[in-house]
Amino acid sequence: MTSFAPSSALSPAHGAQHPELAPLTNIDVERIRNDFPVLHQTVNGHPLVYLDSGATSQNPISVMEAEQEYYEQRNAAVHRGAHTLAVEATEGFEAAREKVAAFVGAQTDEIVWTSNATEGINLLAYSFSNASLGLGGPAARRFSLGAGDEIVVTEMEHHANLIPWQQLALRTGATLRFIPVLDDGTLDLLAAADVVGPHTRLLAFTHGSNVTGTINPVAELVALARRVGALVVLDACQTVPHLPVDVKALDVDFAVFSGHKMLGPTGIGALYGKAELLADMPPFLTGGSMITTVDMTQAEFLAPPQRFEAGTQRISQAIALAAAVDYLSETGMDRVHAWEAQLGQRLVAGLAEIPGVRLLGPGLGVERLGLAAVDVAGVHAHDVGQFLDDAGIAVRVGHHCAQPLHRRLGVTASTRASTYLYNTTDEVDLFLATLAEVAPFFGVKQ
Amino acid sequence: MSDLQQLYQTIILEHAKARHGAVELTPLAEAVALGAAGGRRVAESHQINTTCGDEVTLRVSLGVGAETDSAVSDLVWTGEGCSISQASASILTDTLRGLSITSARALLDNFREMLRSRGKIEPDEEILGDAAAFGGVSRYPARVKCAMLPWVAFEAALIDAESH
Repeated sequence: MTSFAPSSALSPAHGAQHPELAPLTNIDVERIRNDFPVLHQTVNGHPLVYLDSGATSQNPISVMEAEQEYYEQRNAAVHRGAHTLAVEATEGFEAAREKVAAFVGAQTDEIVWTSNATEGINLLAYSFSNASLGLGGPAARRFSLGAGDEIVVTEMEHHANLIPWQQLALRTGATLRFIPVLDDGTLDLLAAADVVGPHTRLLAFTHGSNVTGTINPVAELVALARRVGALVVLDACQTVPHLPVDVKALDVDFAVFSGHKMLGPTGIGALYGKAELLADMPPFLTGGSMITTVDMTQAEFLAPPQRFEAGTQRISQAIALAAAVDYLSETGMDRVHAWEAQLGQRLVAGLAEIPGVRLLGPGLGVERLGLAAVDVAGVHAHDVGQFLDDAGIAVRVGHHCAQPLHRRLGVTASTRASTYLYNTTDEVDLFLATLAEVAPFFGVKQ
Repeated sequence: MSDLQQLYQTIILEHAKARHGAVELTPLAEAVALGAAGGRRVAESHQINTTCGDEVTLRVSLGVGAETDSAVSDLVWTGEGCSISQASASILTDTLRGLSITSARALLDNFREMLRSRGKIEPDEEILGDAAAFGGVSRYPARVKCAMLPWVAFEAALIDAESH
């Protein structure tokens, strides 16, 4: 364990409260960076500046060691063996669930392992689809959709929280509606009050936008859904890694997040669902490890979360994700949040000084995630990204899986810098200084 | 020259702005009918680079008759994207317009082989003309698609036009 934080700082509830720890500084961040080997390399002759954690984050040594330790000492199939290794693997796997559940304020049996957030949303959509076909019996009728029912999303969704609902609407005959986005990249809450109406059965929205960095008013949106008895699905992909999230306090019915965006490995994510809802949902993937009794024509299913975890699970990834949660909890999510909020404001302030650069989303002083997406007048995002890469700076270019939002903001692509707890203010400043050189290089006059 | 300057040669940046052959395309059916009246076969292809959303629609006219038998008589396009894809479309129209189909295909093959060589094949300026400027792109695998986009559109449109 090479994490810098003292082990006495092990997280209480969900890693949010650390009154004893002072806010993070660049000195702390330098120490944190020592835990991330991948950051210490040169790219194109320059020290790597990794500003693409919104796409995927890097792993601390403790996470990689947890995965290696599992394979070296405990590798076995979980929930199906009586031998010692199988018992140890199962214990590690379930302890990881407990840890991840506590991290987001959920009960342990309310966390279903998925490959990533995308699979979590598809799990919901296909379970509801199955309920619409009558599977799951009378208890599942509350999830059944048909003609006349409405699913509501927003115009700022990542494709992962849009296309599964489009497809669910196509399969069931329900109608998909959306809450529009305003010019400043925030949701039109006045319109939302109309869009979420008596026929709304489901409201799915992102907690924080992966493009604009906007943090949506969850309480207000949940209230709209409760008024009409609709279920709420929260895409927490961009928030669980970056700020304290308590799903019970947010009072959403379901939430999804991905491990690889929160210092964990790829291939693991989680779906949170209120226990009483998961209990009534029919399964999505079926097969081994999710049944009680089986005969040649039918099967009975286990209680959640196993009901939704068919087949051999992502054991090493779950255990490594728990190590990532430890790392975040030991650092303190409130400190991570404060540091990134500072980086986000620094990005926004610096961008405002560069001629011809348009920030997508809310401006200086408005709460945002530690990321910023921009349009550089006269230079395509792909060219901007190439120029930055030449200087060792890794950013995301393109539509970031949010084509409708880009179209709404009048651009086809943008350049996004997204920070994490291991980014320094110097790195943000270097990004800003290099971005200022882009337009002159491409011969664009401002 | 730095790697970046090799990639973004002056001629590429100039073509990205000049956009030779870029027009607002008339409806395809109209162009096909008009072409047929003049003895030309017209077809187009729309290509998207899914990694960045760049798109190009390239329209090919094939001349027929004694003088212009099986020649690329005209090339026009519309699209948006990075400087590499836009310059590539612009240079494509300059390079291929007026060539016989056989010559155009040979040039396309040469261009593709050079781009896929990861910098191992020096572009042949005698064959490629201005398109040789994309030699630097071949060292950036992520950008090869950008440079190829209009050429793939040309290839598809050509096959379509020939089948008319």
